[in-house]
Amino acid sequence: MTYATETRDLTRIFKRKPKRHLLKRKSAKKNEKENGGPVTALDHVNLTIKEGELFGLLGPNGAGKTTLIKVLCTLLLPTSGSAYVAGFDVSKEVNQIRRKINMVSGGETSGYGLLTTRENIWMFSQFYGIPSKVAKERIDELMHTFGLYDKKNVKVRTLSTGERQKMNMIRGFVTDPEILFLDEPTLGLDVNASRTIREYIMNWVRKREHKTVLLTTHYMMEAEMMCDRVAIIDRGRILALDTPANLKRMIRKESTVQLEVDTLKSTAPIGGIKGIGNFSSKDDIAHGTTNLTIIVEDESAISDIMSAITAQGSRIRSMRKTDPTLEDVFISMVGKGLEE
Amino acid sequence: MTEPGFIRLNVRALFGRSYPRVIGGTRELSWIFFETVLPILSIAAYVFIYKAFLPPNPDQTMLDKVNSLVGYVVIGGTMTAFWLNVLWSMASQLYWEKEVGNLQLYMMAPMSRMALLGGMAVGGMFMTSTRAVTTLVVGVFIFGVVITIGNPLLILAVFFVTLIALYGMGMMFASLYLLYGREAWNLSALMEEPIFLLSGFYFPVKALGQTVAIGASVIPATLGLDALRQLMFPVSGFGTQFYFFSPELELAVLCVLAAVFLVLAKLSLGYLETLAKREGKLTTRHQ
Repeated sequence: MTYATETRDLTRIFKRKPKRHLLKRKSAKKNEKENGGPVTALDHVNLTIKEGELFGLLGPNGAGKTTLIKVLCTLLLPTSGSAYVAGFDVSKEVNQIRRKINMVSGGETSGYGLLTTRENIWMFSQFYGIPSKVAKERIDELMHTFGLYDKKNVKVRTLSTGERQKMNMIRGFVTDPEILFLDEPTLGLDVNASRTIREYIMNWVRKREHKTVLLTTHYMMEAEMMCDRVAIIDRGRILALDTPANLKRMIRKESTVQLEVDTLKSTAPIGGIKGIGNFSSKDDIAHGTTNLTIIVEDESAISDIMSAITAQGSRIRSMRKTDPTLEDVFISMVGKGLEE
Repeated sequence: MTEPGFIRLNVRALFGRSYPRVIGGTRELSWIFFETVLPILSIAAYVFIYKAFLPPNPDQTMLDKVNSLVGYVVIGGTMTAFWLNVLWSMASQLYWEKEVGNLQLYMMAPMSRMALLGGMAVGGMFMTSTRAVTTLVVGVFIFGVVITIGNPLLILAVFFVTLIALYGMGMMFASLYLLYGREAWNLSALMEEPIFLLSGFYFPVKALGQTVAIGASVIPATLGLDALRQLMFPVSGFGTQFYFFSPELELAVLCVLAAVFLVLAKLSLGYLETLAKREGKLTTRHQ
């Protein structure tokens, strides 16, 4: 079996200079992040992504998603363990890997504002040695596909955020990589731009042989809709890895209750109720509400939940029980929602 | 499609990276004013001082002497363009690439890092050449400098080897500046005026004495300027009083300097890349 990427006990620790003023405080010793001590971004990660797979990596901010991508893109060395891309070692065989990969990040501002969209993409294609004529043909074709062709002679600095991200995506695809790393590619884009990008990524993997995509995203729906398999990562550890359907099956015996209530003073009482798994809460300041998503292991806990809410003087505006989604799996594993 | 070989890949990469600088000249034409008119003003001051040396009825020797001095300034002004480009643009380029988010894309591309730096250098040379040529042409026509070109091939060799050595130095600085971030900018500010003095941009360097001139020769502009002046003003009116070593010897030393700076640039960028991969922050924005 050929793996597009493979990691074995991959660990990445960032050493940081301790902040002297914080070291003096006793409490600071408890918190590595605060006092500037070492931070474990990846903790013995074992992950294999098959060739031809569209693989999703879900995790909250600081979970280690981008660090993992940077290691696989040869931008970071592992502290221990090993990682392979297209069968090559990221520590020793970087040149072989770099010819086969590309990466696009959401919110990227790469390129030169003075150049036109087409020139910018062409410039990056030259760093991969693509013949100029071939590169230009591919760029035109991709610009048509992404609906950016009418902007081909427009200077990059005049592009909107969505147009700029489409340009970045074209930069990623123009080199026709075997493995493409996409770090939150639809971040901050409108519905139409996101849809265009998602559809292209899915078609690119499905219709071409041996193409692999590793996608990190904050959008559960995106991962659920696009990915063959999904890994949930938190604090540098892979917590779960399977197809979206199988992941949802993992918590099928549990049910998900979604509540919209008047803004809660504290969610702590809910966390203490017996019979509930994890839960997430999000305040909606504009509407004066708190939206709760609770994984319920024992349905008799629902009445206790309602009591805990009303005890705070809060009114329940709506309540519904739903089938588990990938987001519920995430909350169940991580203990909080992606946007918290 | 077959993968391009090492040379083809890096030639394309070099051309690709030089493109923004090359094409940039046609996009914002304000550079014509800033890069040609203003530099002329800066050398004009020296030219008028030297011309003020002329007595009311100068003899030929005096005319030759002043012509040489004015010529030295014009040649110095020509090379100033390259020195400023190396110091302020080339040296800080990787730092700015990091700030705009390009650097990590460069670092994960399969091209050689020297092709990246080479592309920056070639683009810089191309762009700066316009200013240099303007300074030279204006100097010759407006200030009436008489240049004698006896050995054009040697002049071209000295000029291009000086540029390679200068930009090799800039390539080396580029890695160091990235390492030290904005602090390195102070180094640029610190080096600008003293190098104008030590390398003799507006006067023959030997006027500072043999020891200082030899020390200043580590800056490629020093020997390049001296050799170009000797080759373009063989009849100086001063004899060989202000000339340093022979142009051939200076060319040989410049070749060594070019090789040394290019090797140091490669080593320092290699070191920087390893450090970036180990520490994980040099190629990332705002770190």
